[in-house]
Amino acid sequence: MAASTEKVSRYTPQEWRNLRLGLLFVSPWALGFLLFTIYPLLSSLYYSLTRYDLLRPPVFLGAKNYLTLFFDDPHFWNVMYNTLFYVGLSVPFGVGAAFIIANMLNSRIVARSFFRSVIYVPSIVPAVASAMVWQFLMNVQYGAVNGVLRYFGLPIIPFLSNPGWAKPSLILVAIWAQGAAVVIFLAALQDVPRSLYEAATVDGANLWHRFRNVTIPLTSPIILFNLIMGLIVAFQEFTVPWLLTEGGPMNSTEFYLIHLYRNAFEYLRMGKASALAWILFLIIVVFSLIIFKSSARWVYYGGEK
Amino acid sequence: MTTIASESTTRPVPRHYRDTGNRWQTVLLEVFKYAVLIPLTLSFAFPLYWMISSALKVDSQVYTMPPILLPFPVHPENFINGWQILPFTQYAVNSVVFYTVPAVAFTVLSSTIVAYGFSRIRWPGRDTIFWLVVMTMMLPWAVTMVPLFITFKWLGWLDTYRPLVVPALFSHPYIVFLLRQFFMTLPEELSDAARIDGASEFGILFRIILPLTKPALAVVALFRFLWAWNDYLGPLIYLRDENRYPLALGIEQLSRRANDVGNFSNGIPYLMAVSTLVALPIIVTFFFAQRTFIEGISLTGMKG
Repeated sequence: MAASTEKVSRYTPQEWRNLRLGLLFVSPWALGFLLFTIYPLLSSLYYSLTRYDLLRPPVFLGAKNYLTLFFDDPHFWNVMYNTLFYVGLSVPFGVGAAFIIANMLNSRIVARSFFRSVIYVPSIVPAVASAMVWQFLMNVQYGAVNGVLRYFGLPIIPFLSNPGWAKPSLILVAIWAQGAAVVIFLAALQDVPRSLYEAATVDGANLWHRFRNVTIPLTSPIILFNLIMGLIVAFQEFTVPWLLTEGGPMNSTEFYLIHLYRNAFEYLRMGKASALAWILFLIIVVFSLIIFKSSARWVYYGGEK
Repeated sequence: MTTIASESTTRPVPRHYRDTGNRWQTVLLEVFKYAVLIPLTLSFAFPLYWMISSALKVDSQVYTMPPILLPFPVHPENFINGWQILPFTQYAVNSVVFYTVPAVAFTVLSSTIVAYGFSRIRWPGRDTIFWLVVMTMMLPWAVTMVPLFITFKWLGWLDTYRPLVVPALFSHPYIVFLLRQFFMTLPEELSDAARIDGASEFGILFRIILPLTKPALAVVALFRFLWAWNDYLGPLIYLRDENRYPLALGIEQLSRRANDVGNFSNGIPYLMAVSTLVALPIIVTFFFAQRTFIEGISLTGMKG
């Protein structure tokens, strides 16, 4: 490095040129970052401290929106419960199911790409289209599932019309659309060196031992990735519950984003909606941090770190 | 397929199995595997099968118990009649011309340039700033939803596609991330040789790097197409005028009409027919570009 001996400038002309060029190339991102991330973040923090209905100018309230939500709004806690229930079941079961399916597909199997395609396609079909067919399938009177149950004289299942059933039904739809995670897992599993399994087999490791001591450690970074991404998506689930149950029956599927959407765009409570958004943001950050922190114990990064 | 078949015949039996006489366990495991996989795959496929088969029924075939698995006679005219109940051709034009095409073009172009700046030019602070890009990938979109709406309302952009399309000019963090991964795999000598020949950085990007990363561009274009085509919440927030609806909102509109009993017959078959037609471009694209899809999705998780 000749530059380090120079005292006039820290960078050589070449480095200055690169800096200018680099900044030029990333400037669309930088501008977008300021306009569509930083500015909205800060303004939403401000709006969250106000009452604002878009018609009159915002009225500063201090922390009142937050205090009301926490201490004087039972509906908020119901929304919170619904959301945590949904996230707490759909993410672990979704990621777990995806991992198991990927493992089955990774073993010696005929028509692997066919199975993979069939499992992947639901995740790319427009959510509106799949919501329509699920609504029809789960209908109490003429849905196919209840049609079969009724035919065999079994009790029908009020999938979407009973507060106890509605959340599990929506979780089922979410797991059905987990195909992308399966494909990501499958790619990671195919990267695990065969030789490791062979060595383990020679050492007398059975199927479970190989799964536990070879497969899981070597794919743990991807498990972490899918957990975090699944969490971010599940906390913000909107389209399918909105179209299937609109938050009902009896608010049992009023999830966080549905509640936020209603406050912002139906009741025009921009201040309260912004406070809700910030609370959600912090919840997601806390959950992600917990998972990241815990990952030091169970994620294996090979020789890289 | 042939490699799998030949593998199974020539694969040496692991010593472990032979020594302990464990072949029954292997056979049982094989049986169990298919006994789980086949029903599982069928149940994954069933909703979409039900969508298509119900699209071919009439009301009397829909409301029969037990449900009819294979409708006969079939009623393909539902695809035309259902499409015409609402101005779906208009919705399709809106989806393609005003949303999907500009969103894909803008995102791919801007993200390519940004990803180049984050991978093929060495400048001080680059990797630190790239961390910000990664962070924004994880930022919940719910946080910026309300203030962006307020801004776009202030700009007078409500009831247009601008709020959904203009941000694409400023690149997309996730797509920048993917493209950067691809660009990093190309050898540095490639750019150096061109630089010695006096090529500008834009010249290098468009004449040397891009021709080599066509598959990567296909992957990200495909993803962006998917997001725009499937987007429901964005149009729901910004569009009021029914004439400007994209297909996603059109389907919802049709379902509201179909649910009003006595409005028209064959409501469910029409709804399923239109849903099928809207899902079709995605499914057809998938089967033609299967490798691209799978590679792209696999790359997503690459760096953990």
